[in-house]
Amino acid sequence: MGKSKAALKEVEKPKMEMVTIYIMGKAYKVPAGLTIMKAMEYAGYRFIRGAGCRAGFCGACATIYRFKDDYKLYMALACQTPVEDGMYLTQIPFVPANKAKYDINKVSPTASSIIRYYPEITRCVSCNTCTKACPQELNVMDYIQASLRGDIETAAKLSFDCIQCGLCAARCPAEIAHYHVAQLVRRLYAKYYLKPSKNLEKRLKEIQEGKYEEMLNKLMKMSKEELKKLYESREIEKVGVSE
Amino acid sequence: MKLIRGYPEYMRESIEMVEKTRERRLKEVYRRLSADEKEELLRKYHPDYRPEGKRPIKIGPNKGDYAPHEVVDLLEAHPLINPDEIDLSQIDYDVDILIIGGGGAGTVAALWANYEGIPAENILIATKLRHGDANSIMAQGGIQAADRPEDSPYWHYLDVIGGGHFANKPELVKILVTDALLIMKWHEELGVMYDKDDNGEFIERPGGGTCRNRLHSAKDYTGLEIFRVIRDEARNRDIPVLEFSPAVELIKDENGNIAGAVLYNMETRQYYVVRAKATILATGGFGRLHIQGFPTTNHYGATADGIVIAYRAGAKLRDMDATQYHPTGAAYPEQIVGLLITEKVRGMGAQLVNKYGEQFIYPLEPRDVESAAIIRECYELNNGVITPTGMRGVWLDSPMIEIIHGEGAIQKNLAAMYRMFKRFGIDMTQDPILVFPTLHYMNGGVEINEYAQTTVPGLFAAGEVTGGVHGKNRLMGNSLLDYNVFGRRAGIYAAKRVKRGVTVGKLTLQHVYDYEKMLSEAGIVTDRKSPILLPDYRGKAVLARQIDLVL
Repeated sequence: MGKSKAALKEVEKPKMEMVTIYIMGKAYKVPAGLTIMKAMEYAGYRFIRGAGCRAGFCGACATIYRFKDDYKLYMALACQTPVEDGMYLTQIPFVPANKAKYDINKVSPTASSIIRYYPEITRCVSCNTCTKACPQELNVMDYIQASLRGDIETAAKLSFDCIQCGLCAARCPAEIAHYHVAQLVRRLYAKYYLKPSKNLEKRLKEIQEGKYEEMLNKLMKMSKEELKKLYESREIEKVGVSE
Repeated sequence: MKLIRGYPEYMRESIEMVEKTRERRLKEVYRRLSADEKEELLRKYHPDYRPEGKRPIKIGPNKGDYAPHEVVDLLEAHPLINPDEIDLSQIDYDVDILIIGGGGAGTVAALWANYEGIPAENILIATKLRHGDANSIMAQGGIQAADRPEDSPYWHYLDVIGGGHFANKPELVKILVTDALLIMKWHEELGVMYDKDDNGEFIERPGGGTCRNRLHSAKDYTGLEIFRVIRDEARNRDIPVLEFSPAVELIKDENGNIAGAVLYNMETRQYYVVRAKATILATGGFGRLHIQGFPTTNHYGATADGIVIAYRAGAKLRDMDATQYHPTGAAYPEQIVGLLITEKVRGMGAQLVNKYGEQFIYPLEPRDVESAAIIRECYELNNGVITPTGMRGVWLDSPMIEIIHGEGAIQKNLAAMYRMFKRFGIDMTQDPILVFPTLHYMNGGVEINEYAQTTVPGLFAAGEVTGGVHGKNRLMGNSLLDYNVFGRRAGIYAAKRVKRGVTVGKLTLQHVYDYEKMLSEAGIVTDRKSPILLPDYRGKAVLARQIDLVL
């Protein structure tokens, strides 16, 4: 134990190792280990477009890159990907793509209604380019195929982690806007396949009937000391899932 | 530096100790702290209690109130625009309702104003970045609502007000916990894909400071899932959105009502004048001000613009001295330092342990208490792990989740977390992850009442920009709820104001001149300007040689 304790205090000082990246073809030396986003800022870029949540949730910083002498085109989120020496990169801060308009209450959860709003999905040639383009590593082609079959549950679940960056739509030879299709499919799944909660229904009715009115008004009028007492004596439900 | 499955060798030695104690800890429940113990811990170690971190505001409606230096700096600053240069006689957008901010609160407000009868074309959402670039989409863990038979709005109320140190505005708490149910119903009808069981009941988990399991989630993309559905709905209803056009000053009319705003198109660098019968402020919080130098979980645009322009227009603020540091921000690897590790990880059973693999706090105390305990463990007791870049942190023992809930539980319920660490070579199903508190939420903000009205007529506000709902400390799952509940109210009551028939008088920026006068009378000499709109992360070497040439 004693020995390990001492070892834990040893901290290596990092050396500032530099790599060269090419931002839209222009070379910049940046510290290794930075994300693409932070490296561009280090190089002097101040983002207006191309940066959003900076944590992998918003899709604002979709980036494509290649290496010299490598034919392959790579896709990534600038905020979640470290720079590598020799990256030739550019951001794709916006992808034009049509979103269908619908009243979700009037769309039936079937293949034919998805095709009515997004007929281009029938042009899918199963090339899988969308899947290869996805920085979230989703099976994009599979959810488009599931949508075509009317398998709404599969399509909704496969597309759930989509951050709507649009790289799939930018790459698709059939000009499909996959992420918009997925949005419709997930709403259909949640609305028509998941049952409404009976507990929620019941509690909502109680609230509308004023069942908690008096109880809450009493709490609102309590002194801090009285509230504190009640708060401290709450019984805590067991940690764990209630299903 | 050689890494072994994502970690340097010396960190692996500590991980081994965590592994050794794991089996014993699975049965071990760390005791909860008493009220007095919590208070002492906060007083000694929570950043809010450090006197050197704040100062009193010198001017305006909150004169004398304390706020972090970073906030006071923005309040004691000159306007970004020169009001002499703004021609208010030429109106670019003439609408019923202007909504400033295209995150959760703003979008919900737009929808409910529209439901209330305001035509879409008479609404305008103006936002700084894209529609949805907001903390709303980054919330991971869940949303609270007391729907289970074992639960009740009574317990939710007590949790909220106790967690907030009894400083909350009671009438707002009551609305939060009762409107919660109709919000969940609305989400069900819109088609938000919550985690449910086969009978349609929500799967609910505990959060820090909740006495009942009350967290509804959609994997760990809860905020993203709720927001992309309401944005889809706003697009279906043709609600106009002006992106990359933040408000830089509110406009008043000659009668003292808020009557719109001056927007700034950040791409073309021109301004727009918006005239509106009601204005809703939904600009979010201040994470990107990096209070006390902390890293943040917040999105790129969280720079407190709304606080600044509302204050200049005379709106009262409250609880600005209370900042939320989320206990579990990533502390390693360097690329993701400060990013959010959802509380759901602890809700599912992962414990916080020090470098010797020992627990030091019950994992689900309220957020401020957890943060203070981690800071004490790292900086007072020296039981933290030091990263290669000199950061300190404690372990969040994520592999426990797979032991408790079965193999695959992390990928199923915490897909975003799993993906984030995997991108940097760390498998959180096998190894613990290193965490340290990170700047997360602005507990205070613009004061509102039950109708989401601020203290200035014609100005409504909702979401993180407001204060009072959460007192001095917000609980997990109440910010998604807050923006829905009060966004809805702001939309409805702004619509009612419009329908009552308001006439907008002559537009003026006199309050901006008046504010300048207050600054000089208070002897504040500064070249600071605000709002700042965006943080500046450019490299120092570049800034040193920067010149601004007009092209």
